[in-house]
Amino acid sequence: MQRRVLPGLHLTLGLTLLYVSIIVVLPLGALVYKAASLGFADYWRIVSSGRAVASYRVTVTCALAATAFNLVFGFALAWVLVRYRFPGRRFVDALVDLPFALPTAVAGIALTALFAPNGWFGAYLARVGIQVAYTPLGIMIAMAFTSLPFIVRTVQPVLEDLDPTLEEAAQSLGGSDAAIFRKVMLPLLTPALLAGISLAFARSLGEFGAIIFIAGNQPFQTEITALLTFIRLEEYDYQAAAAIASVLLITAFVMLAVTNLMQARALRYTQRA
Amino acid sequence: MSASTARKPPRIGDNPAFRRALIAIVLVVTAFFVVAPLVVIGIEAFSKGWATYAAAITDADTRHAIYLTVVTALIAVPINTAFGIAAAWAITKFDFWGRRFLLIVIEIPFSISPIVAGVAYLFVYGLQGLFGHVLQAADIKILFALPGIVLASMFVTAPFVARELIPLMQAQGRDLEEAATSLGASGWRTFFSVTLPNIRWALLYGVVLCNARVMGEFGAVSVVSGNIRGQTNTMPLHIELLYHDYQSAGAFAVASILAVLAVVTLVAKVLLERRGAGRGAHRPALATPPPSAAPQFASEKTT
Repeated sequence: MQRRVLPGLHLTLGLTLLYVSIIVVLPLGALVYKAASLGFADYWRIVSSGRAVASYRVTVTCALAATAFNLVFGFALAWVLVRYRFPGRRFVDALVDLPFALPTAVAGIALTALFAPNGWFGAYLARVGIQVAYTPLGIMIAMAFTSLPFIVRTVQPVLEDLDPTLEEAAQSLGGSDAAIFRKVMLPLLTPALLAGISLAFARSLGEFGAIIFIAGNQPFQTEITALLTFIRLEEYDYQAAAAIASVLLITAFVMLAVTNLMQARALRYTQRA
Repeated sequence: MSASTARKPPRIGDNPAFRRALIAIVLVVTAFFVVAPLVVIGIEAFSKGWATYAAAITDADTRHAIYLTVVTALIAVPINTAFGIAAAWAITKFDFWGRRFLLIVIEIPFSISPIVAGVAYLFVYGLQGLFGHVLQAADIKILFALPGIVLASMFVTAPFVARELIPLMQAQGRDLEEAATSLGASGWRTFFSVTLPNIRWALLYGVVLCNARVMGEFGAVSVVSGNIRGQTNTMPLHIELLYHDYQSAGAFAVASILAVLAVVTLVAKVLLERRGAGRGAHRPALATPPPSAAPQFASEKTT
């Protein structure tokens, strides 16, 4: 049995538990309590209502599309930053974190200004018949913007640490570049990619600020679940707000479990390699 | 590789045509997708000239929004910093039951939609919440006032400092602190002269990111603030209000201040990363090796 040598356990642990209880556990507990006090029949009626289900569909579909985009673009970005040297590389590397640093409301109005039918890109896209702002495509763009750093930043360190001798061995055995990428490198990168995907997807499911400006917010079509919660609050329908918020909370907990599993797996995998 | 100096085989993807094409595609998409939003803020902000920009920035409601945002950050960031240090000290310097569970709880706000956070606070301090009636009877205003905004901001940024410090302090182990205390230094002395110099850049890194998020938080604050113009509007909320009021230039003018803050944050981030901060940022604290992997001298010392 180990004796404690360092002081401060009671002070720091006490402060931590107090803070976590008041700031994190109490509010989430209150939300769960409120949602649970509805009774099963009412709860189910609210969370399975047509408008709520439509909002889940919009949110999940757009989050999947945004994550798919980031999987391709984020991976290409990480690859270019790690494997190539070109002027402005460090600048681009720093820019990757802009979506984290830029407040979501600011990102929201900026993306709307770009993609609105009279905006910089929107005007050109409108000519070829593509409307981005006020459609699900706009939601996807906002989600992709805010979750971009996740995949880049989870893949980047693994790509940096990749052992070059593996590639050389495969090359000396006569593998083509495509085959080596697919059969040697991709399996080593997969855990990091999965971790990045789950983080980006979780972030997209919960995003609010960047989306509401560009989405159009039409019920059943471009209304995300977070916004529906907000609308129910503004209508003073607190029960519905609690129920729908609890769906988002449960989803967040499931995604938290998934991301932790994925990240732990990714780390184990890279340490073994 | 070390032996052959003559010809190193080209690595995967080093084919010049492929390399140039991929760099070009990535740069173009980055320009359209990441740089353009930043540029459009500046251009839209000045679209009606300097006078309109200056008027939007110096407007009384805007000034109050800036003031409220700064006050919120001045309260929330130091408290979260103190919490982050305490949590990191408790979690990395001691072994106790439920340690990993505590880590998960600290990280929870990171995965929760800010709207859910706002709603949750409503059900604690609102009239339809747990303490609503007690607070009303005592005439204490938390929601739709500064305390609610500060609390919601503290929720969304609770993990920021802790998650920078924990992986670093975990990696540094306990030996130095144990040596200091065994030589007779007090706990505070040990912290300020031994621990703090080792963690200062990571700490500053966490504080910078925490501050950026507090000043830019929209969803959670939007629920608990009540959006009262000139009273409970923070800068992001004021942007929304101006935008929906068809004062686009004004909205972008206020947004330009927050965009400058974002750029300053990025520059600070890069500078701090050069000093070694931020290594744990994208690595979950949960997945760091347990302290048993580090040498433990304590058990030997006690005999």
